[in-house]
Amino acid sequence: MRYALRRLEFFAVTLWAALTLNFILPRLMPGNPAEAMLVRFRGRVSLQAVEQMEAAFGLHPHTSIFQQYFEYLSNTAHGDLGTSLSFFPTPVGKVIMLALPWTVGLVGTATVIAFLLGTLIGMLAAWRRGGIFDALLPPTFIVVSAIPYFWIGLLLLLVFSFVLQWFPLGFGYDLTDQINLSWSFVGEVFAHGFLPALTIVVTSIGGWILTMRNTMITTLAEDYVKMARAKGLSPVRIMLNYAGRNAILPNLTGFAMSLGFVISGAIAVEIVFNYPGLGFMLLTAVNNEDFALMQGLFLLITVAVLVAILVADVVTAVLDPRTRESS
Amino acid sequence: MAVQVLTNQEVAAPEARESVLRNLAHAVARNRKALAGIALLTFFVLVAILAPLISPYDPNKLAFQQMLQPSPQHLLGTTGAGQDIFSQLIWSTRETLVLAIVAGVMATVISVIVGVTAAYLGGAWDHALNLFTDVFLVIPTLPLMIVISAYAQNHGLGVLIGVIVVTGWSYGARQLRSQALALRNREFLEAARVRGERPSYIIVFEVLPNMTSLIVAIFLGAALYSVLAAAVLQYIGLGDSSDLSWGNMLYWAQHNGALLAGSPWWVLAPGLCIAALGGAFALVNYAFDEIGNPALRPVKRS
Amino acid sequence: MIATRPILEVKDLVVEYASDRGPVRAVDRVSLEVAPGEFLGIVGESGCGKSTLLFAIARLLSPPASIVSGEVRFQGTDMVTLDDDELRHVRWRHYSVVMQSAMNALNPVLTVGDQLRDAMEAHDETNRQRIRERSDEVMRLVGIDPIHLRSYPHQLSGGMRQRAMIAMALVFTPELVIMDEPTSALDVVAQRSLMLQIKELQRKIGFAAIFVTHDMSLVSHFSDRLAIMYAGQVMELGDTKQLFADPKHPYSVGLLGSFPSIHGPKLPLRGIPGSPPELAHPPSGCRFHPRCPRRFAPCATTEPDLYAKDGALVRCLLYADGA
Repeated sequence: MRYALRRLEFFAVTLWAALTLNFILPRLMPGNPAEAMLVRFRGRVSLQAVEQMEAAFGLHPHTSIFQQYFEYLSNTAHGDLGTSLSFFPTPVGKVIMLALPWTVGLVGTATVIAFLLGTLIGMLAAWRRGGIFDALLPPTFIVVSAIPYFWIGLLLLLVFSFVLQWFPLGFGYDLTDQINLSWSFVGEVFAHGFLPALTIVVTSIGGWILTMRNTMITTLAEDYVKMARAKGLSPVRIMLNYAGRNAILPNLTGFAMSLGFVISGAIAVEIVFNYPGLGFMLLTAVNNEDFALMQGLFLLITVAVLVAILVADVVTAVLDPRTRESS
Repeated sequence: MAVQVLTNQEVAAPEARESVLRNLAHAVARNRKALAGIALLTFFVLVAILAPLISPYDPNKLAFQQMLQPSPQHLLGTTGAGQDIFSQLIWSTRETLVLAIVAGVMATVISVIVGVTAAYLGGAWDHALNLFTDVFLVIPTLPLMIVISAYAQNHGLGVLIGVIVVTGWSYGARQLRSQALALRNREFLEAARVRGERPSYIIVFEVLPNMTSLIVAIFLGAALYSVLAAAVLQYIGLGDSSDLSWGNMLYWAQHNGALLAGSPWWVLAPGLCIAALGGAFALVNYAFDEIGNPALRPVKRS
Repeated sequence: MIATRPILEVKDLVVEYASDRGPVRAVDRVSLEVAPGEFLGIVGESGCGKSTLLFAIARLLSPPASIVSGEVRFQGTDMVTLDDDELRHVRWRHYSVVMQSAMNALNPVLTVGDQLRDAMEAHDETNRQRIRERSDEVMRLVGIDPIHLRSYPHQLSGGMRQRAMIAMALVFTPELVIMDEPTSALDVVAQRSLMLQIKELQRKIGFAAIFVTHDMSLVSHFSDRLAIMYAGQVMELGDTKQLFADPKHPYSVGLLGSFPSIHGPKLPLRGIPGSPPELAHPPSGCRFHPRCPRRFAPCATTEPDLYAKDGALVRCLLYADGA
């Protein structure tokens, strides 16, 4: 119970931190970008829209900063994230919803595949120590994981889309089509999404393989693995039920905590491929100085990471009976 | 009554500081990954220092024809504005290295301060600092960096370093705290406490030296992170695009449609360099892991 | 003492660790025998090789340690020549292992019952009813309520965990149980209680036991015979009571002299000066000679064999040629 409470506290504080960062940053930077943006708005849009923006930013020149803060918080709680400049006059919330499914689909799937595959390979690599495989594996993957995500994306784009022309040159789907649920469209989505997904898997899998291998090696030295051997259990059973199940636990927590980094990489990939997800949208927002959209995206991405961590926590609790007890 | 047989071996004191370093140097020299990584790093440092000597042309000189293919005069071709790519590549080593080292050191220092302090103060302070660390760990780095950079109107090196440090210190802080906690209860620290040493003395002179290899590993990780983070930010356009660095080269390459215009080397070369430098840091970092935990070393099948 | 065929015969066993500085011999030509139903204690300081010896006998060594030469004959079959598959049939059915810390030896994510079931299923026992019955039976044998079959290791107390491990070791009523310091993790009271229980079980079921420890006083009350190890070699091997009454090897004398007795006059505490040698570079001749108060000229150059003396075996030149 205490453990659950600590986690809840952690989630709440992180959420609060993200919200507050959103609020403080524009006000901290020299030139107060929030005000500047509002000035730009004023000339072009109706009074109503200006008021909406002020509400979204909590920026009422006549009120104290604390009042502004609370107004901002309450607006956000009601889902009012302001109006987007780049997609004017669509509200930020709606704009984000357009991009969300693409990112969840691409990044979500690719990351999970990379984690599962990487963990499995890492487990096998640790099990079969010795030989060339064991010596070459770490350096290979170390080097691969040091290569910037987006550069591998560029490379794949060059080779497979430009030279070999096996895959399209970017975007989520053929821009001449409408979004629909037909099989041909799904096929298009798949074709467009293949290279970005491959990029994410290739660059992130190395990390999972290595960490699982290292945890597994440590686990294999544990006494209970020795005991399992002493009892005459089959090697497969030992690898999965005794070593694997224990080795994966710190990895799950690690996976959750590193999601912030993983999503960053995925964003870079979206940008390379012009894939219409949250990352690409963030770039658009930055280029248009659309601060409201930027804030909304930042908040959403943080919330997404927190949700993923929550899921990882639940899975860990299911797999590890020790966490279910009160600490 | 249970009487046990003890000899001098059981009550071991920590190694003197000199032999810690000597053992480290020994271990590093025997580890092939560490050697490869260090060799690469040395190579890049040399290139950076000797840039004026090795670079065929002034990297900013706009004198040449634009978008030339690689040739003997221009080993990697020229940019869309007519600069020699190879020269740019060489000169960019400086900024990237400086960035990696400065940002790496700063992030490491903050990690050490936060991590070790949390372990030492314990109680409510530990709880608060942990929360602080975890929050920064979880908030996605690239979005945060993008947001901060976007708000900051100037995109100079200082802001870049600042943004990297702010997002990069949290990873190391956790590991340092764990190790500091483990060390905290060792006998030699008890001895220091009994002698009446102040906590700050204990931390600086007794604890930190025993954490040297972890601190070095964290610095290397931070340097790696800096290289990649800077590359991404510059590629997106949030760096100072008039600076000479590999990430910026990629930005300009992208904006001139290098891939489609048939100048793939403009894109491939800076990327390879980033990967090589990053890989060097990563190799040495991993080698440190292996040195610390011998079980991870390659096993020869008998 | 050894009237019938010994259940375990170790002959000239050598175990080496591969290291950066060349192979290190942790067990150097150790030979010993265990009769059915006998309780053999193996004592020595940390690092003398007793745990390595134990794991070598149980064929549980992992790289970088390996058996280099010698025989381990269990019920006549040389275990060293068997591969993992062949070993799996013998393991647990005929000999089992009890480790030092049950917290580390039990899988934290499986219940005690699950782990018992794993052992039984690995030996082709698949009938759930029989598995359940045997699990209940063996838990009761060590004094634990079978309801704890559903518990995870961290939910049991230290003493219970240790007994659960013993229950697991006895599930097939093996002929030999090998124990590696099973009482070190417990407090003094629990130690004695566990030892009594082990002796009682031995009496009931009749298994032979090899018990490794560095706690001499504990083993002196419970073992039939005692082997004293130093620097990878057996220094003295004999009947426990005789050994305590009249230790022959100078090292044994030193060990026993290190314990103050509650009865009798106050005697000055004698330790053994110096420290055990580095196994990578053992001393020439007799390994104990640098620290031996009774060394004489040949000790530095001649390696002593195990010499018989009054029914015990002693590795000391003082007893060579029936001196």
